[in-house]
Amino acid sequence: MYLRKTILATGVAFSALATASFAHAEPTAEVLHWWTSGGEAKAVASLKEDFEANGGTWVDSPVAGGAGDAAMTVLRSRVLSGDAPAAVQLKGPAIQEWAEQGALADLNDVAAAEGWDDVIPAAIQDVMKYEGDYVAVPVNVHRVDWIWANPTLLAKVGVESAPTTWDEFNAVADKLQAAGITPVAHGGQPWQDATVFETVVLGLGGPEFFQKALIDLDEDALNSDTMKSVFDQMRKIRGYVDADFPGRDWNLATAMVMNGEAAMQIMGDWAKGEFLAAGKVPGKDFICAATPSDHGYLFNVDSFAMFNVSGDDKVAGQKLLAELIVGEKFQETFNLLKGSIPARSGVSLEKFDDCAKKSEADLEAAQEAGGFLPSMAHGMALRGHLAGAIVDVVTAHFNSDMSSDEAVSRLVEAVELAKD
Amino acid sequence: MGASQSTESNLMASIQRHLSKIVVAPSFAASLFFVYGFILWTGYMAFSKSRMLPVWDWAGLRQYERLWQMERWHVAIENLLIFGGLFIVTCLFIGCLLAVLLDQRIRAEGALRTIFLYPMALSFIVTGTVWKWLLNPGLGLESMMHDLGWTSFKFDWLVNSDMAIYTVVIAAVWQASGFVMAMFLAALRGVDQDIIRAAYMDGASLPRIYFGIIIPSIRPVFLSAIVVLAHLAVKSFDLVIALTGGGPGYSSDLPATFMYTMAFQRNQLGVGAASAMMMLATVMAIIVPYLYSELRGGKKNG
Repeated sequence: MYLRKTILATGVAFSALATASFAHAEPTAEVLHWWTSGGEAKAVASLKEDFEANGGTWVDSPVAGGAGDAAMTVLRSRVLSGDAPAAVQLKGPAIQEWAEQGALADLNDVAAAEGWDDVIPAAIQDVMKYEGDYVAVPVNVHRVDWIWANPTLLAKVGVESAPTTWDEFNAVADKLQAAGITPVAHGGQPWQDATVFETVVLGLGGPEFFQKALIDLDEDALNSDTMKSVFDQMRKIRGYVDADFPGRDWNLATAMVMNGEAAMQIMGDWAKGEFLAAGKVPGKDFICAATPSDHGYLFNVDSFAMFNVSGDDKVAGQKLLAELIVGEKFQETFNLLKGSIPARSGVSLEKFDDCAKKSEADLEAAQEAGGFLPSMAHGMALRGHLAGAIVDVVTAHFNSDMSSDEAVSRLVEAVELAKD
Repeated sequence: MGASQSTESNLMASIQRHLSKIVVAPSFAASLFFVYGFILWTGYMAFSKSRMLPVWDWAGLRQYERLWQMERWHVAIENLLIFGGLFIVTCLFIGCLLAVLLDQRIRAEGALRTIFLYPMALSFIVTGTVWKWLLNPGLGLESMMHDLGWTSFKFDWLVNSDMAIYTVVIAAVWQASGFVMAMFLAALRGVDQDIIRAAYMDGASLPRIYFGIIIPSIRPVFLSAIVVLAHLAVKSFDLVIALTGGGPGYSSDLPATFMYTMAFQRNQLGVGAASAMMMLATVMAIIVPYLYSELRGGKKNG
């Protein structure tokens, strides 16, 4: 009796499924991403809700692990076997690399209908376009060149606000050190070393130098005295971190600032999420300030690249997804959850915190001053192998007694080798 | 009727004759394809211009040239020599010593044997994580000694670029020496007791018996242990990832972690494949002479 009931129920379920799949040819999109935990998972869930509310069928393909390495391996095999997902979390020059393989779909009709050219900053458009065609959509703007500071510790040495020049930074750090306070909280992982490095390049060299050295890979800029002074400053910062820094995760370094074990951390605005999650108030419990630079702004933009798919339902799903992602509603919900700011203009920042508002204001100013630049350490400026070559030298210098002269000559060599 | 019966029995007989081959064939085909096929494929990739996606354009030895020009590869190879050498020698020494001590018909031998062997049951990830905590100056051994009042105690190898690779040796030895001990213990038990008794009669001392008779007679086990340990060393990946993450900087990189970085993080499939082939060559250099001597030995005995 029980068995017969089960069989019956299964049969009904199957026929229901079959009707469902025949009745609608609704927009479908498979989304490959690695936002699987915390605020990021919530942010993706909000996109899914939005998509489904607009009549789409969302096929979730999360691949956790290795900060996207595992997802990229899956992506490679999927594309090679001719079964690419509709949308893939992909960023920076990797988008261009996939576009060169002819794997990405053209979104120009959605872009024209939605007027993307007017609302997305030009520098971000460059990343999203391949040969003038939109192939990807931006979801957010993270700023990389931030200092997160503990005001109580700064006040102990009579400092009111975060430093505005690197000389001042060193002076403050020296004072803190003399007072027995660890000046800089840092996690010794290659990408974190590179994060600090690029903010110093931006600060000491200025936006133009940053463009030449870390984006155009101009040999004269890499081999310059300015670059030497950058490595000198890195050596100084090395002196300001505590002894246990190697291998530490960035959020543990953030916790050190939060708990008063260290005064400042140089890190992107995902660090803000840690403060906010602990119930800290910006401006009161922690300070967010740009690292010293002349109207510089290093951006780290997450995006979804749209791959070639076949079938009307899949193409429709892809277009709907692209439209929603750039739409104001999603940009607001997503970025509130992720701690970044919208990648388009026209979104009200009313619900955002003060740091996000500062980020937006600085973004405008940096765009006018020409200092709105892609981050090298976060894979926005250079292709993986070139950025990797630079990061190797930076981290080798930071974790040893290498002289600045040697670091510069190794940098030139490594970039040369990676280029060909 | 009779004819069909005889064909049937012929068929049965031939199935029976070939049954073992039929059963083994699928796994043979699978390993031929998935192991040896992909070795050949990787070998070809190392000669191609592959970067993000595998391509078939011939690049000659360019990827190998680039590999050997990379500072990071030299660090990885040097680390492999340090790690491999110390790991094998220390494991053999500790394993042999423990086996000899356990061989003295002591009490609770079974319990001790299990205790020493158990680390082998852990995965390298667990070993790496545990030792990362133990060796971290801020929370492990050093901080414990400081809390106990020995403030001059310093053990910061984990965060020291020059010494980080030795922490990998410590963790790996801790994990593998129990296994080596088990191998030696089994061999020691297999030594003919009559010879040892005869040596006693002749008045040989215990160390003399060990060094003169027992250890030479278990020489083949040394060889097996070295081969097992050497390939563990060459393919070692998860331990480094968990323990040091290749750091500080890339100072504790090993060829396997280097390969992973190049192939899966930096879109350098060609260089990654070239480094994988170098690792294969290293393993072959150890395994082939071993297999050769084993097979030749087999022939002699047979």
